Amino acid sequence: MMGPDNHRVHSSEESPQLDSDSLSSNSFSTYKSVFTSLSSDSHHPLSDPLFSPPSPQSLPPPSYSDVVISPLHDESHSFHEPNERDENVENFNNNGIEHDSTELRVSESAIEYLKVSVSKPQKEVEASNSIVPGGNKYFTYLITTTTNILEYGGSEFVVRRRFRDIVTLSDRLSEVYRGFFIPPRPDKSVVESQVMQKQEFVEQRRVALEKYLRRLAGHPVIRKSDELRVFLQVQGKLPLPTSTDVASRMLDGAVNLPKQLFGDSSSVIAPQEAVQPAKGGRDLLRIFKELKQSVANDWGGSKKQVEDDDKEFVEKKERLNVLEVQLGNASQQAEALVKAQQDMGETMGELGLAFLKLMKFENQEASFNTQRARAADMKNVATATVKASRLYRELNAQTVKHLDTLHEYMGLMLAVHTAFSDRSSALLTVQTLLTELSSLHSRAERLDTASSKIFGGDKSRNRKGEELKEAIRVTEDAKNCAIREYERIKENNRTEIQRLDKERKADFINMLKGFVVNQVTYSEKIGNEWAKIAEETGGYAKESG
Amino acid sequence: MITTQRSIGGGGSTQSPRSPQSSQPYLSVSVTEPAKMGNGVQAYISYKVITKTNFPEYQGAEKIVIRRYSDFVWLRDRLFEKFKGIFIPPLPEKSTVEKFRFSAEFIEMRRQALDIFVNRIASHHELQQSEDLRIFLQADEQTMERARTQETGIFKKPSDFMQIFKDVQSKVSDVVLGKEKPVEESNPEYEKLKNYIFELENHLAEAQKHAYRLVKRHRELGQSLSDFGKAVKLLGDCEGEALGKAFSELGAKSEILAIKLQKEAHHLLMNFEEPLKDYVRAVQSIKGTMVERANAFRQQCELAETVKLKEIDLNKLRLMRSEKLLDAEHDYEELKTECEEATRKFENIVRLMSEEIVRFQEQKTIDMGLAFHEFAKGQAHLANSIADAWRSLLPKLEACSSS
Repeated sequence: MMGPDNHRVHSSEESPQLDSDSLSSNSFSTYKSVFTSLSSDSHHPLSDPLFSPPSPQSLPPPSYSDVVISPLHDESHSFHEPNERDENVENFNNNGIEHDSTELRVSESAIEYLKVSVSKPQKEVEASNSIVPGGNKYFTYLITTTTNILEYGGSEFVVRRRFRDIVTLSDRLSEVYRGFFIPPRPDKSVVESQVMQKQEFVEQRRVALEKYLRRLAGHPVIRKSDELRVFLQVQGKLPLPTSTDVASRMLDGAVNLPKQLFGDSSSVIAPQEAVQPAKGGRDLLRIFKELKQSVANDWGGSKKQVEDDDKEFVEKKERLNVLEVQLGNASQQAEALVKAQQDMGETMGELGLAFLKLMKFENQEASFNTQRARAADMKNVATATVKASRLYRELNAQTVKHLDTLHEYMGLMLAVHTAFSDRSSALLTVQTLLTELSSLHSRAERLDTASSKIFGGDKSRNRKGEELKEAIRVTEDAKNCAIREYERIKENNRTEIQRLDKERKADFINMLKGFVVNQVTYSEKIGNEWAKIAEETGGYAKESG
Repeated sequence: MITTQRSIGGGGSTQSPRSPQSSQPYLSVSVTEPAKMGNGVQAYISYKVITKTNFPEYQGAEKIVIRRYSDFVWLRDRLFEKFKGIFIPPLPEKSTVEKFRFSAEFIEMRRQALDIFVNRIASHHELQQSEDLRIFLQADEQTMERARTQETGIFKKPSDFMQIFKDVQSKVSDVVLGKEKPVEESNPEYEKLKNYIFELENHLAEAQKHAYRLVKRHRELGQSLSDFGKAVKLLGDCEGEALGKAFSELGAKSEILAIKLQKEAHHLLMNFEEPLKDYVRAVQSIKGTMVERANAFRQQCELAETVKLKEIDLNKLRLMRSEKLLDAEHDYEELKTECEEATRKFENIVRLMSEEIVRFQEQKTIDMGLAFHEFAKGQAHLANSIADAWRSLLPKLEACSSS
């Protein structure tokens, strides 16, 4: 499946500086990667820490631009087909393929590809055991994949999935790939599904699903994930365990609940749980503890502030926040610009038509030659106006495609926030465990002090001591796992930020180029049309001069 | 900003009229220097009207007077009364709402329209001989004010009352006699013309509506480009080095183009939309003349009818050798003269109208031709500026991506 070489598994030179004083200055030289754990056939990460030798990426990952500048036509499935835009335009805006800086990317992305398309929505009925006849109706979508990625073990796959499966996929990915900028999935759009026409809604959803899957396929790490692969390949019902698998969690929870409620000292956080964010249901106590911790953080003053250990990160985060604001603003103005261009084109068209009608009328009713002459002039002007209208609207259609990059990155910011909050919650888990550990240690100390006063000790105290020791061991393990997870997420954040910066730069330059070239091309065309008319009517200018 | 004079022969320039050296008779007018006068509800605009002429009836070669919009209205009404059959040039609308805002653009539009109005009158071979025109161009402000308030006051002259009374009477008699339909000419060519004029107005109004919207669209596009430019600049500040610079340059170009768009919007308004609007007004003025023709025709018909009846009465009286015969004959003669007068008036209108319509069509072809030319020129110029501005960015963007 996935070898370690394809992942960002790094050896870290940095010693993570966590806030807790009780932490010994271990340097964590290797990190457990979630991917390698998955490769060991178990879906419980960190069940068995594996050491993976660090190996730097030999190939830069394929770019966002392949996905971000979405293909022109819905039918086009390929990222790499040359865009059928204006033939006159030099292919600046051709998915970044022609660029010097991305030439390297071309050769790599040509090596590995993963093309996904979504089509043929179909209504199906849920087989229902309920008394009410006629089951729940829902839509499924045909998902076609072609790829040459080795891990997929095949080149073409076709499956049918429903929206619920997408939600499952998305939830699983966000659990497993904490710290990554995972493209956000399409909304559930409950209101829209009620309000819109069925056809329209289904088509809208189909488009959204395709965009989403293509973005996932464009992410260098996620494209090789088990979750995505299974989603794209496996026939029949989706075998990914859902996060809302309430029943099993309830079962687990029921077992643990009494212990948790009574605050049994043995209710520690198991190591494997430490790498998961606290969720509802069984993690009640853990949530409570982490909440306590975060409050303590806030009140404890700047010392316990999250993230001040990594100044570089704090800076980058701040920068991204500012970027997001400006991106939102620019995105809004881009929309207004597009609307204004559209209106211009439409009104031009209406003006042209009005003149055509007038011209026809004058010709029909002409009693004088002057009228016919005027009608002839009018015809030329009207035709040019209609042409200009068409050109404006074409210009606008292209503009939309280019400026869409702004919207895409806006959407991506959501993923960035999620990745950053993954980091915060992982840190919170670590801090909570450290606090826990420290309190366990002090309890152990007190117990020692107390029992040392009694010669020979007493049974219950000894037993308690043993329990405490056990608890400390488990918590220590959990703490180590939590720290590893935190570091892993930090590293994911770091590399993702790097990738985001690099790809964003290329994509934005592409966008600007595309936008500008587009404007130049169409303005030239429009100018030529009008210049002709200006010349033809030049005689009038001299007459009235 | 291009303000062009669109009348032929003796048309004035923007600021002051030409004074040709030739000894040909000339009458050259220009309406200039709008100035806001008064306050609040009573505020109005005054204009400087400069006349240069060698007409003998006019005192002096050059005269400058101050006039306001209602003076122009007075002139138009007088001409309309006196020169039936001639298409009196149209005036810009009264516009009570915009008056309060008095935007620079509105003032300029009105000034241009008034200038064109006076010049058309001054260059029309019949209208230019009007005494009212001379008063308008030369009288001092008090005289003008007196004349104006006399005419445009609520209280009309006694003769107007008589006319209204007569109209009502004839209407009543029509109803009584079962002749409800107004008497109309049965001239097929004229019918065609009437239909043409009415339909033309609709088409023109439609075109003008869209032309006005197009002006708005230019303004809106300019505004959104300006906002976009600002936003892009801010975005550029977030990004570093080359990319940031590229954004900045794009933003700057956007703002420059926004200004060009606003300029073109104004040019479009003054040189394309206004001429279309003027065309619409002209057609409406023709409709007014048509009403006059219909009235004249009706009057002529009624009088002819009355004369016939009177003739019958007269013959009756002759047979009866009545003493009233003499008086009756006298009345009859008077009526006949009136009837001949009405006929003459009507025929005059018909004759004038047929000349006017030819002149009108010729003039409109020229006017529209020029408007189209300005439209195309402006659009071509705008498109080229846009292309040039964006093109200049390309080498910089190229440099960006290779860095």
